[in-house]
Amino acid sequence: MFVINCPYCGERDQSEFSCGGEAHIVRPKQPTELSDDEWAEYLFMRKNIKGVQFERWNHAHGCRKWFNMVRDTSNDKIHAVYKMGEKPPVI
Amino acid sequence: MKNKYSIFSLIKNAFSQHENWKQAWGNPEPKKEYEAVIVGGGGHGLATAYYLAKKHNMKNIAVLEKGWIGGGNTGRNTTIIRSNYLWDASAGLYDHALKIWENLSQELNYNIMFSQRGVMNLAHNLQDVRDLKRRTHANRLNGIDAVWLDTKQVKEFCPIINTSPDIRYPVLGGTLQRRAGTARHDAVAWGYARGADTMGVDIIQNCEVKGIKRNGDQVVGLDTTKGFIKTKKIGVVAAGHSSVIANMAGLKLPLESKPLQALVSEPVKPIIDTVVMSNAVHAYVSQSDKGELVIGAGTDAYISYTQRGSHDVVEGTLKAILELYPIFSRMKMLRQWGGIVDICPDASPIISKTNIKGLYFNCGWGTGGFKATPGSGDLFAHTIANDEPHKLNAAFNLNRFVSGDLVDEHGAAAVAH
Repeated sequence: MFVINCPYCGERDQSEFSCGGEAHIVRPKQPTELSDDEWAEYLFMRKNIKGVQFERWNHAHGCRKWFNMVRDTSNDKIHAVYKMGEKPPVI
Repeated sequence: MKNKYSIFSLIKNAFSQHENWKQAWGNPEPKKEYEAVIVGGGGHGLATAYYLAKKHNMKNIAVLEKGWIGGGNTGRNTTIIRSNYLWDASAGLYDHALKIWENLSQELNYNIMFSQRGVMNLAHNLQDVRDLKRRTHANRLNGIDAVWLDTKQVKEFCPIINTSPDIRYPVLGGTLQRRAGTARHDAVAWGYARGADTMGVDIIQNCEVKGIKRNGDQVVGLDTTKGFIKTKKIGVVAAGHSSVIANMAGLKLPLESKPLQALVSEPVKPIIDTVVMSNAVHAYVSQSDKGELVIGAGTDAYISYTQRGSHDVVEGTLKAILELYPIFSRMKMLRQWGGIVDICPDASPIISKTNIKGLYFNCGWGTGGFKATPGSGDLFAHTIANDEPHKLNAAFNLNRFVSGDLVDEHGAAAVAH
């Protein structure tokens, strides 16, 4: 449990947000040409990092906007919050 | 088995004030090379080593544990054992485990305090009723005992449940598996450790794996905090940390690790002699032999390795517990803790070979791995020894995420994940 600094609303309790998992997984440009292995990689395989992870969050009980966050999953410390489409910060 | 425990050894040791009991397992330094190395000294890992030695005659094996044995999720779960899963593959897997549980204390010569006190799953709305009835039918077709109870029968079986029709989520009935129950979770790890050690397995504690060495697509050993260990077969049973080990081998798994919480109350006299679970309101409760209420809460909805969990999750569970059991309203909670669970997209485990030769994974048990401990160890040992899955774990391979042949137990697993 922690406080998240929503880029649109400011600091709010984590329970207002929902986590969308690993960020920057690019949607396949040509889905019809994907092999089963590539589909599995896109849909299911995750880095599930213990340490600094880039992830997507949604302010579900607030502005309902999506944004990205850099968080250390070993201690829940948040390093950065940035809007969708912005360049991920170097951590 | 050396130093067999019995009434006679108990009497004999009573004369020496119980000060001369021999250590149940050793504390060896790692050898240079092993036939197989199991990563993770929890229940599943120790059971795997035990069955590798017992059924597959592999004696030169080691179990590596970064902390102490049974100190991870084995000692953190709510000890519930049941096999009333919906799909055939799951029913086969979990009932295989339940059948081993039924004779495990005798087999290990170690009292794991297995108690078949029954597990009841409650239905709170019409869809629950339909789903749970469907599941009892599916269970019975698979030879698993399951009965449907109406509200009156639920009240008779567990009188402290509030079955009033005017509560927010009224009890419309429930299913009961009488062969299900609980076991002492620490004793399961200790019993398997003692059994494996007796057959020559090296149990190496405080030894963390730092890297996996490969020669092409064949594993050749592990870097650990106690040096390099050579081996051609590595069985990873690292629960919440499975992805961390997989990343060392350059492998990605379909897992997300999240904190799952549980809590116990102050001890009280016996008040609930069964296990009651409720999917819709996410609350389950049983009572330990010490008298504590053992309550399971849900997972946090984000990846974290913190072994804590959020307060609001516990709060939600306790709200539900209080509505279902108003008698507990003045109970004080004694302890709360979290364990890291590795959840698969289909809420079913992975007991599988990988595309790296000699690297095997047993993971993805999510929120419900304890119940499967003996079966999981048995089937994983079979998979490692033969380099082929047993027919009972063939469906639980890694390739199902490529083929699409998932074993979707999400809604069916009796508790929401």
